[in-house]
Amino acid sequence: MSDRDILELAPESRLPEEEGAGKGFWSKLKKGLSMTHHELLERVDAAVEGRGVIDEETLEYLEESLIGADLGVEASLEIVQAVRDRARGYEAKDPTRLRTMLADEIAVLLLDAPQPHRRPPGPRVTLVVGVNGVGKTTSIAKLARRSLDEGDSVLLVAADTFRAAAVEQIALWGERLGVDVVRQAQGSDPAAVVYDGLQAARARAIDHVIVDTAGRLHTKKNLMAELEKIRRVVDREAPDRHCLTLLVLDATTGQNGITQAQEFTRAVRVDAALLAKIDGTAKGGVAVAVARELRLPVLYLGVGEGAEDLVDFRPREFAAALVA
Amino acid sequence: MFDGLQDKLQGVFRRIKGEGRVSEEVLRAALREIRMALLEADVNFRLVKSFVERLEERALGEEVLRSLTPDQQVVKIVRDELIRLLGEAGSELQVEGRPSVVMLCGLQGSGKTTTAGKLALRLKKRGRHPLLVAGDLQRAAAVEQLRQVGEGVGVPVVTPEGDESVLAVAERGLSVARDRGHDVLLVDTAGRLHVDERLMAEIRALSELLQPTETLFVADAMTGQDAVSSAKEFAAALPLTGVVLTKLDGDTRGGAALSIRNVAEVPIRFVGVGERAEELELFDPERMASRILGMGDVLSLIEKAEQGLDKAETERLAKRMARDEFTLEDLRDHLKQLRKLGPLAGILEMLPKAGPLRGLDPSAIDEGQLVRVQAMIDSMTPTERRKPQILNASRRRRIARGSGTRVQDINQLIKQYRAMRKMMKGMKKGWMKKAFGG
Repeated sequence: MSDRDILELAPESRLPEEEGAGKGFWSKLKKGLSMTHHELLERVDAAVEGRGVIDEETLEYLEESLIGADLGVEASLEIVQAVRDRARGYEAKDPTRLRTMLADEIAVLLLDAPQPHRRPPGPRVTLVVGVNGVGKTTSIAKLARRSLDEGDSVLLVAADTFRAAAVEQIALWGERLGVDVVRQAQGSDPAAVVYDGLQAARARAIDHVIVDTAGRLHTKKNLMAELEKIRRVVDREAPDRHCLTLLVLDATTGQNGITQAQEFTRAVRVDAALLAKIDGTAKGGVAVAVARELRLPVLYLGVGEGAEDLVDFRPREFAAALVA
Repeated sequence: MFDGLQDKLQGVFRRIKGEGRVSEEVLRAALREIRMALLEADVNFRLVKSFVERLEERALGEEVLRSLTPDQQVVKIVRDELIRLLGEAGSELQVEGRPSVVMLCGLQGSGKTTTAGKLALRLKKRGRHPLLVAGDLQRAAAVEQLRQVGEGVGVPVVTPEGDESVLAVAERGLSVARDRGHDVLLVDTAGRLHVDERLMAEIRALSELLQPTETLFVADAMTGQDAVSSAKEFAAALPLTGVVLTKLDGDTRGGAALSIRNVAEVPIRFVGVGERAEELELFDPERMASRILGMGDVLSLIEKAEQGLDKAETERLAKRMARDEFTLEDLRDHLKQLRKLGPLAGILEMLPKAGPLRGLDPSAIDEGQLVRVQAMIDSMTPTERRKPQILNASRRRRIARGSGTRVQDINQLIKQYRAMRKMMKGMKKGWMKKAFGG
């Protein structure tokens, strides 16, 4: 797959040329996504090749491609149906238009979600939540790095007081980034740590407070209640701060991602998602399923293990890359 | 969430009730439902395709077409086929050498370190003397995590000194194990992407150095379609001997199990069912098949009940119920027994969602209510518990204050208790015997 391919599909999503550092986010995203979507590209090509018109077999093939990218059965059927409807019109004459149509339909689902500000004016707090092992702490390091680069002061709050060495993990990141970390002993009340963190942030006039929370399976009711309590503390202690609750989703996750998003949203009003680990071969299509089901926007992609490996999510680009 | 497959198939076959035989058209509709169910459960789509094709051959030729209960017949065939594909049941670690080496590998966040602790505890319980090696030098504080995990299960951990490499710390682990008489070396490794050539080369070198008797691929049960690519690459790079499926305590259907088993071609040995060190079980293909099909995990429930419930106590309570002597005290004992099984929502999660429990939302269960009822009964005097009719207004006020509830709650409890008594009287008259076979 060449860059031309992606750009042709969605020229409007062309990214601005790299600002600053050489290996910036376009090359990262491109690298991540090209590895991700190579297979899909071949299969769509195979489906299109040698056919004069879009037939049912081709559409079934597309449906499978989408399911294979973790979009889920419902979303895949819906998208392919939309393409089928459009294909009845004039566009049907040209099967090479198929990918564009598919990308369009996926982008529509992604763009339908309300887009919150990545950097709203004034002081803010980001509450990072998710199930175990999705990459919350690493993502926090990336968010912190982003804010520092933008000139904001950052304070990290180690509210994962449950998992062994979770506090040490974020403390280490704090050290690497030169950012203070508010922490208490393992096993202490996470809401209390958050309270401390917000007090400290007020005293030091910190711009961006980022709260790490313990990974929890969304089926554990008491742990979800704990999260609600943390959210209440934030609302009560820092009403002046713009609060963003960010759900970290693992790109390798399948359809369970939808339930995760539902349950976390129920507990703490999730504002947006961060799709982590998109640098593997997983296509991260669950983000589309989540956007469709819950109108939950994706704000960022995590594309590596370094603090700089964070890119802004661009719906059109992602959609194009999914089917490119 | 998802409805059970059986439920959907019932719907499909209901259309032909009375016709006496199943048409091919109806069977195809059933196969479509099966396809959807498997895809929703995250089974890889290629696998689903071949699975459904095979099923079609079997079902079209076979007894299904003439069966009086085609839905059950189809579900049985599907389940049998899934069980077959999921392979053998889990087995304990093979630890023969001195020391024998067990190495864990997998993607980031799959649960390797937690699993290392669980395996260490399991080996210890088998009378072994494991030694943990911290081989994750990538992630921040991963070494510290394993150190704490080891401390938690009482197993020593070899951690890197200075800027020791992974290979060096592993080698030192081997000699420490020999010197101190540890018979199993459990090596935790860094999470890595299967496309990361540098780290894959590193783990291959580690494997060649250690010559492990067991190499376990640790995989998240929530993984989607990509499960096949990562499992394939790890299986190609390392001499895998098994798979550990983690985070099965969530509500994922776990179709990845099928995908991984299929491409890695090694048995699934263990499943992780919680964050605590003892929450590791041997893999059971029948349960997994039921789970993938959304048929509930009745086996787990029965096992849990057997472990959690005091049999003599349960029988005593049943007798009292039957004799219409069930007091508030008995109710409290009964609740205590029930709560030993763990969170109620978890129990309900294991039940099939088809049939009478359709539409039940386990997350809507108010666990706190059980705690409150127990507190209310605890705040009563023994006489009050046996004769709730003496509970006048001032007694109720006292109990409410004592248990941190409101008088309305006490009233509610008494009302429910009366209704229960009434129901039990009804049961005595026979349907209980009929329903539960005496």
